[in-house]
Amino acid sequence: MSSPQDLGNYQALTYFQLMEVSLRELLVEKGVVTEDAVNATVEDMRQRGPETGARVVARAWVDAEFKRQLLDNGTRACEALGIDVPALRLVVIENTPQVHNVIVCTLCSCYPRMLLGLPPEWYKSRNYRSRVVHEPRVVLEEFGLRIPAATAIHVHDSTADMRYMVLPMRPAGTEDWDEARLAAIVTRDSMIGVAVPNL
Amino acid sequence: MQEIAGTGQYPTRHPSVPTQFAPGDRVRVRATAPLGHIRTPFYIRGHVGMIERYCGAYPNPEELAQMRDGLPAQPLYRVRFLQSDVWPDYAGRPEDTIDIEIFQHWLERLDEGMVA
Repeated sequence: MSSPQDLGNYQALTYFQLMEVSLRELLVEKGVVTEDAVNATVEDMRQRGPETGARVVARAWVDAEFKRQLLDNGTRACEALGIDVPALRLVVIENTPQVHNVIVCTLCSCYPRMLLGLPPEWYKSRNYRSRVVHEPRVVLEEFGLRIPAATAIHVHDSTADMRYMVLPMRPAGTEDWDEARLAAIVTRDSMIGVAVPNL
Repeated sequence: MQEIAGTGQYPTRHPSVPTQFAPGDRVRVRATAPLGHIRTPFYIRGHVGMIERYCGAYPNPEELAQMRDGLPAQPLYRVRFLQSDVWPDYAGRPEDTIDIEIFQHWLERLDEGMVA
């Protein structure tokens, strides 16, 4: 790993890292934000993870009325569960035996961060963004997800103010499971639509 | 298909342009290529779809990108397209769809009999 000259672990900032540092320092210097406020926001984003989304899915699996509310107005349903989802306008789309759903943002990387945390690198890749809209079945197979030939695929391109989450189907064999146990099998990828929950 | 007419799924309080479309209406995405920050993907311009739902009215992102207020807000819809209409070489099922959020000023009403 070491180069001819011993450079240790030093790595120069990338273009975008340098831009971020410069902008942040200028905003702090001019009193627009404080270093503490920036750190608190970064920490808040880091602490959000797919466990929150999994909790929402598990509740929808055990409570038909909650599921109805969730599909009708995702944000209000999350708030009713006591989940803090600032600035999120959530559209929840339900997988059925007839329809499998998958989400993408072809223009950038819009993602329901309030429920799933930071998006995975592949979600932001040009490869995923350009191909899943055009050949979803092939892309899902690359994720190891084979959609039955009789099932339609609905792709949802998140281009503006809505954010999307897939409500996966509850697997057979979980009929007597409680919510916490159900939530544990709901993965991030199953709420994006590139996987399904497995036992 | 979920039908949420009138107020929009997430109503906002901005002064906004009146809505012109309702769920089920057939629309064509304008086939034009203005410069600037455009949230209508190139791959869908010129294509015909159906209004899936009205989402509410939001400040126009093309104006926001120019540091203006984006008001009056533009109605935003989710529009559903058949994949086989969008991609000439589409290899999936005929009923596969793609839903995209598109602002009203990018949509034209498709008159009866003008079906693509």
